[in-house]
Formats: sequence, structure tokens, C-alpha cells
Amino acid sequence: MLSFRSVFAGTLRQEDMGGGALITALWLRKSAGHVMLNPLRLSPFSSSRRTVFGLSASRCGLIQRKMTENGVASRRGKVLTIDTLNPCVKKVEYAVRGPIVQRALQIEKELKEGAKKPFSEVIKANIGDAHAMGQRPITFFRQVLALCSFPDLLDDGSFPEDAKNRARRILQSCGGSSMGAYSASQGIDCVRQDVARYIERRDGGIPSDPDNIYLTTGASDGIVTMLKLLVCGEGQTRTGVMISIPQYPLYSAALAELSAVQINYYLNEERCWSLDISELRRSLAEARQHCNPRALCIINPGNPTGQVQSRQCIEDVIRFAAEEHLFLMADEVYQDNVYADGCQFHSFKKVLFEMGPEYSDTVELASFHSTSKCYMGECGFRGGYMEVINMDPEVKEQLTKLVSVRLCPPVPGQALMDLVVNPPQPGEPSHANFLKERSATLSALAEKAKLTEQILNTVPGITCNPVQGAMYSFPQITIPERAVKEAKEKGQAPDMLYCMKLLEETGICLVPGSGFGQRDGTYHFRMTILPSTDKLRILLDKVKEFHQCFTQQYS
Amino acid sequence: MKRKVWLSVLREMSTGKRRLSEQGNQIGMELQQGVQKSYKDIIDVSWGDAHALGMKPISFVRQVIAACLYPELLQSDRIPIDARLRAQRLLRVCDGGSVDGGVPSSPENIFICSGSQSALMFILKLLSSGEGPSQMGVLNPMPTYPSFTLALEVQGVAMVPYYLCEEEGWALKIEELHRVLQNTKGHCSPRVLYIINPGNPTGHVQSRESIEEVIRFAAEEKLFLLADEVYQGSVHVEAMEFVSYKKVLSEMGPGYSDTVQLASFHSVSKGFMGECGLRGGYMELVNLDPEVMDVVRTLFSLSTCTAVTGQFALDIMVDPPQPGDPSYPTYSEEARSMAGMEADLLYCTRLLEEAGVCVGPGCEYGQQEGTHHLRMCVMTPTENLEELLRRLKTFHLSFLSEFS
Repeated sequence: MLSFRSVFAGTLRQEDMGGGALITALWLRKSAGHVMLNPLRLSPFSSSRRTVFGLSASRCGLIQRKMTENGVASRRGKVLTIDTLNPCVKKVEYAVRGPIVQRALQIEKELKEGAKKPFSEVIKANIGDAHAMGQRPITFFRQVLALCSFPDLLDDGSFPEDAKNRARRILQSCGGSSMGAYSASQGIDCVRQDVARYIERRDGGIPSDPDNIYLTTGASDGIVTMLKLLVCGEGQTRTGVMISIPQYPLYSAALAELSAVQINYYLNEERCWSLDISELRRSLAEARQHCNPRALCIINPGNPTGQVQSRQCIEDVIRFAAEEHLFLMADEVYQDNVYADGCQFHSFKKVLFEMGPEYSDTVELASFHSTSKCYMGECGFRGGYMEVINMDPEVKEQLTKLVSVRLCPPVPGQALMDLVVNPPQPGEPSHANFLKERSATLSALAEKAKLTEQILNTVPGITCNPVQGAMYSFPQITIPERAVKEAKEKGQAPDMLYCMKLLEETGICLVPGSGFGQRDGTYHFRMTILPSTDKLRILLDKVKEFHQCFTQQYS
Repeated sequence: MKRKVWLSVLREMSTGKRRLSEQGNQIGMELQQGVQKSYKDIIDVSWGDAHALGMKPISFVRQVIAACLYPELLQSDRIPIDARLRAQRLLRVCDGGSVDGGVPSSPENIFICSGSQSALMFILKLLSSGEGPSQMGVLNPMPTYPSFTLALEVQGVAMVPYYLCEEEGWALKIEELHRVLQNTKGHCSPRVLYIINPGNPTGHVQSRESIEEVIRFAAEEKLFLLADEVYQGSVHVEAMEFVSYKKVLSEMGPGYSDTVQLASFHSVSKGFMGECGLRGGYMELVNLDPEVMDVVRTLFSLSTCTAVTGQFALDIMVDPPQPGDPSYPTYSEEARSMAGMEADLLYCTRLLEEAGVCVGPGCEYGQQEGTHHLRMCVMTPTENLEELLRRLKTFHLSFLSEFS
């Protein structure tokens, strides 16, 4: 059955010079073999759906529209008001930077202006921004990027040779040897090749085609772009996208904006936030009654939960996606952030290919990575990539065009990605120091993950699952009935009330679990494990103290 | 609200240009492998990308960025003192004394974005709604640049082209705006008027009177103004002066200055900085209600921050070295020489686009200041050479008449 809709249905055709242009409308239809829609060319003159107007016949031979009489009355007043705003964007919320963060910024301002509070600083444990919390950047990366920015420094003796070599290579691949030139929309060629080689090494030799690599502006850019491609239909046939609960709210926001149907599948808190296939089945069956499920998103290691999926689980998910004809989106930005004993990162691509051609030839997959997390923490550079597997070639062509609208990802971010996938090797001057810095960062995170779990579990009313990976803990908190009631009266989620009070009384900024999704009747908060160990201890002790007071106050 | 399928469209203009560029790359590779052609390199002047064509970055910009990225350089005398001070200042407003918290945007209505394209997409998204007769329509100039029209299609809004007047140097005629608006009745709901000033690809610089006319038109017809002003730093012809839509609007007094809604765009990609690859820009929003601004801020926070290197370049663009600063002499010399180069590039770009002739701009080869040249290879059969010269002559005469 065909399910398609045109994005617009005018037609424009290009004239030689100076005339109008006609665009050929592209129609999509669902093909038997692919979840992704295949584009089909339509005849240029579908008069029922014109959306391009005002082209004069004398210029380009189109039928001239009948000029209708129109009294030009002065219509003052604003065009864009809260009522005329795109209804989709009004629904969008992003808890990580939402009202609690705005209040935190306000409090910071008040502190600066000398206001007296029971604390002297705001601790922002809400956003996964490592450097903002004191994590040091990798020296080698910054050296290369500085050389790329100001190549005069290539003759400066204070920079190591291997950094200079990397910089020269990167600059050579940039237009005019400058990071200020546009790159190809898909990303700099040699960087994409380096990314492909990295993936091959990481996945035990399974080939990766550079042509399937798209450099992106952070992973979010790639994720949103893929969702844009996937979402279509209306009513019963509207695209449904499966996402774990709790989830990183970029997904819910993007789905709201695209008017896609969000299909929640619950992670199992009692079993360390594991993913149960039975829950996937339940959620899918229910969703099929009111939408057209087409994609399954999984974040591994998880955000906010930190769970690291077992290999078996990943295989089960792939089998499920194959059976149910779902496009897999594997968000793997925390792939280096694995701490717990017995846990290991397995990429979806690797497992897919090790399952043999029955799956590796057919299951459609997009994997995402970024320079913002892991040991790099370079959020501000907006570096990232996605690898697309088994994508229909015609759809891939559309993807390539879609990414060209934003011209290209920031070139410094692409350069940084190149260094991440191509770090100093044994024998190179910067290797020893690089290893030292990387393991210092990762082991500090591992230590803080354990500390967080440990301390929070000593608090009556707080239970914290082991933080197996990523950068956050997502403990469950018990909120007394009276507090729940008060929150409801205020029109607030109970954990928002909790977090707001925590902020006002201790200066600690966390994100309420309601921003990520949770089972009804349960409450959580997400905090990062990024502050320095000392600060983290202070933070955890304050949270402990606050929780006890809060519980008492509302009992 | 129903949402149409999200699908980019096969657009011949941008495909053609991309294919040309790809073909150029292909030929470039063949040349590297020793294939003989009548030219030894490809000069792709089809993109507005000055660095790719050999323009050097402004030293001060790159020194500041390098010092921000690798703060050891704050102690290095390879970086002039004012660049080091600027880097220090920028790092101070970054969280953690490091570049990764993102530089906060200052005034409430200014949003720093990854280049003007993403800002445009953002605004279009805010404004877009409706289907069929109520589908939002955007009045956009013809000729225009392909990325914009592609952006419109991707956003699913109706395009309402208005023709710039070639006979009058690509001026914007209000009668033309009236005409196209009439034609939209019952077919879409025009709500946005997009202006590029200075024009792309036309290079036309709008007069103040014309801007006032447009603002009046937007007020009467209740249109949201998008003023794409990324080329404001690139006005080459004397007696032409860039004046911003915001300035003119504010000087038109109440009735206009407090009601006409405007988004202005600027970027570090053009002008003499030419830092396209850094993806830095800003948009300024005027006369949006507070509740709308709340939604804007929420939505904007979702897009995370603009790459910090782009933000640094932006900071310098809006606050460059001043007379008396150690970097000022180098900075102003570099800026001046860029302006000269661009005239060559402008000529060659137009020659390629309008006559299909791709030549080398004289600035690439070195020339006396104040002179301009082009280079073309003459090792070509006589008929080709005659055709080439014929086209060049026609183009040159028309180019002269446009700028006289």
C-alpha cells in the first residue's frame, strides 16, 4: 500500500537565463524492501497541487494565473504572534535547558549582585558539559587545532612534530588550505576516510565505506536529519518512532516538532535499566493501533540511565528490528564512557555484521558519534558523524541534498573529529602524554560514577542504579504524598518541585526526571558525574541532607 | 496539525551547480594524475567561498582563535598583545575558562547561529504553518541563490517569487511585489517577505528610499520581513552605501518601528573575513511579542550552541581592532586588500554564471594595486576562442553598464 505525501506540489523548471525555475516534485512511496521511502519523479504538471505562484507567462511559458481583484486594505498588527506561531514548535520542551536552568542562571546573577543565599555558588550538574565542570581538554587536540587556525605557528618550535603533521594534512584537505573555506556538505573527504578506518579498527575489521559517513554538527544534527527523513504520513499512517523511557529529551523535542508519534518503551529499573524485548513487543503492538511505527532509537551507553547494553541484548534488538521492519537509530556518543566491571561497549554495526548476511544485508541502521562526550568533552566544537548502513541509494541521494541546505558542518569540528579517530600512535612524540590525559579523564569519571552510586544509596528514600557508563546518574527518589499534592496544586511535576527547592536551598542544579520520562508514580532526577571529585562529594552530601529535610518537612 | 512528508526535492539549480563542482573536482583529479588538458587547473568560482579561492584569512581573527583554543599561546609573543587580551576576554566568558560552555549571546534579541542559513531555517520553522490555501508563502527575489530556495522547499513553505528589475540594475520594484501578492489569493497565505541586501547573485545595493518603500509595503500587507544582510561588508562601488533594515525601520517612527516584525541576518562567511567554514552568524529579532520570544528561546536552546570558533570570529567581526591597537595596521591593510580582490572575483563569478565562461581572477596572479585582470587560456581551437571572446565582450559591456 502506498503511503506518501509530497512536501509541496508545485513544479518549477529551470530556464536558461533569468527566468523562473520549475521544480520537479518528488513523491515517495514505500518500497517492499526498505523502510525508507523511495523517491519517484512525478509528471511536472500536477495542477491540483500548485504552490508556486506569480510566474508570468511571458517569462517562462506557464499558464498565467488569473489576476484576482484584491482591495489593498491596510492590515496593521503583527504577523507572528503566539497564535500564528507554528503549532509544532509550541509543543517543544527541552528539560536540560528548561525552566530550572533559567532559574539557576538568575540565581547566579543574584549572587553576583551580592544577594545573600545559603550557598556561595550554583553547581550546574544539569548538562553534560565536561569542560564547563573543569575537565581538561586533550593537549594534542588543542595544539593541532591552534596550528590549523593560525598556520604561521607551524614554524614555532614549541609545537610537537606530530601535531604539525596532522595540522598540515588537515589544512591540505581544506579549500585554499584554510579552515575558513566551506567544505563539501557531507564533510571533508579525508576526514570521512579516517572515520571509516577508525570504525573498521574499532569493529574488528568489518569494512566501512567512507561514502556512508556523514560528518555532522554534533550528533544532534545527524539524529534530527534522520528523523526528518523518516517522518511522514498522517493520522493512522503517521510515522511512529520508538524511544526508550527514560530518554534524552532531544528525541522527544524533535518528534514533537515533526509531529511524529512518540512510542515509549520502558527500560527496566529493577534490572539496572535493562532493555527487555518483551517490552519492545508490547509497546510496538499497542502503537500499531494508532500509527505507523518505522524507527527504533536506542542510546547505548544510555542517557540518562548510563546502562551499557550487553551483546546479547543488542542482537535481540537487531532481530526485533529485522522482524518488525524498523529503521534502527543507534546513538553511541558515550562509546568510550564505560566504567562498570563486566560491561563492554559493542557497536550496533559490529554486532549486525557478525550476525551474518541475513541481517547485515537488510537491516537499515544509522549510528551516531560526537566529539562532545567520552574523554574529549569538546561540546563547543560541534563535531560529529553518522554512518548509514543499508540505506536505499535514492534516499541516500536525498539525504545528501538535505544536508547541503545547511552548507557544511563547522570545519574546526570536522578537524577535531579527524583527530579523535586518528589520535597519536605509539612512537609519536605526543603519544605518551595523550594516553596519560585520556586515561586520567576516563578513570576519574569511573571513580566518580562509583562514588555517586555509593553515596546516593546511603540516603533513605533514594535508590541509585550502578552508573555503568555515560556521564549521569538517574536515581529514584521517594517524594512524600503531601509534596506530590502541593506540586499538583501548583501545576508542577512533583520532581520539578523537588529540584526547584533543591536549587533554591543548596544552589545545586539538577534536571527533574519528568524531563526524561519515567514510569507513572515514580520520580527521579538526573545529575551529571562531571564536577571534580571534591565538588561532587560536597554536592552529594548536600543532596543527602536536603532529601532528609525535604522528606521530614513533607511527612 | 498535519505535517507534510519531510523530503528534500530534486532541485535542478542546486544539483546543476553541485554537479558542475563535482565535475570540476573530477577534472582536477585527472589533471593531478597527468591527464593533458588545455588548462592546468580548475578554478571553481561558482561558490561564494573566498578562502577556497586563495583569499587569506584576517590574521587577527586566527591569532585570537588559536590563543583561545590553546591558551599556552597567551604567553607567546607569536601572538600580538591585543589578540592575546581579546582571547583572554573571550575565555573568561566561556564556562570553565575553556571554550566549551559557549559564549553567551548578549542583548535579548540577538541569537548567535551557525551561519545565516541555519538562522533562516530556524525563523522559517517558527513562521511556517497551514496547508493548501493557508500554507505559508514566502516572497523571495528572483534571481536568488540556490541554498535559500532549497531551504524553503525543505521547510515546506510556498515560494512566491518576485522579479528584480534587470534593466534597473536588479532593483526591487514595489509594483512587482504588489503584483505577485495579488496572484497568491486563495492559493497560499503570504506572510514573509525575504530581501537580500546587498543582493545575491545580483550585487545590487538597495537605496534607503527603496528600503522605506519595502517596509511600508510589509506594514500594509502584514508581512514578516527577513533581511539577509550578509554581504553588508562587501560594497565595492563608491556612491553606494549599505544601510540596514533595522536602522531604516527605527528611523521611520512609531506605526512602523513598533509594529513591523523583522529578522536581520549577518554572518562571518562573507565580506573580507570570508570565514565560511567556521559557521558563525547572528540574527536579530525585532518586534516579537514576549511570549513568542519565550518559545524562540526554548527552541533555540535545543539547537545547542554555535561552534565556538564561529562565535569568536563573530566577536571580532562586530568588534574589530581599532586605530591605536597593535594589530590595527595589519588588520586594516588585509581588509583593504580583500576588498580589491573581491572586485576581481565578483567579475569572474558573474562571468561564469551569466556567460558560462570560467576564467582566473587577476588577484590570484598578482597585479598592481587598483588594477584588475583576468586570465584565460588561449590554447583552444579558433571557433572556441571566437565564441569565448564574443561572450566575454557581451558580458563585459553589460557589466560596465550595470555598474556605471
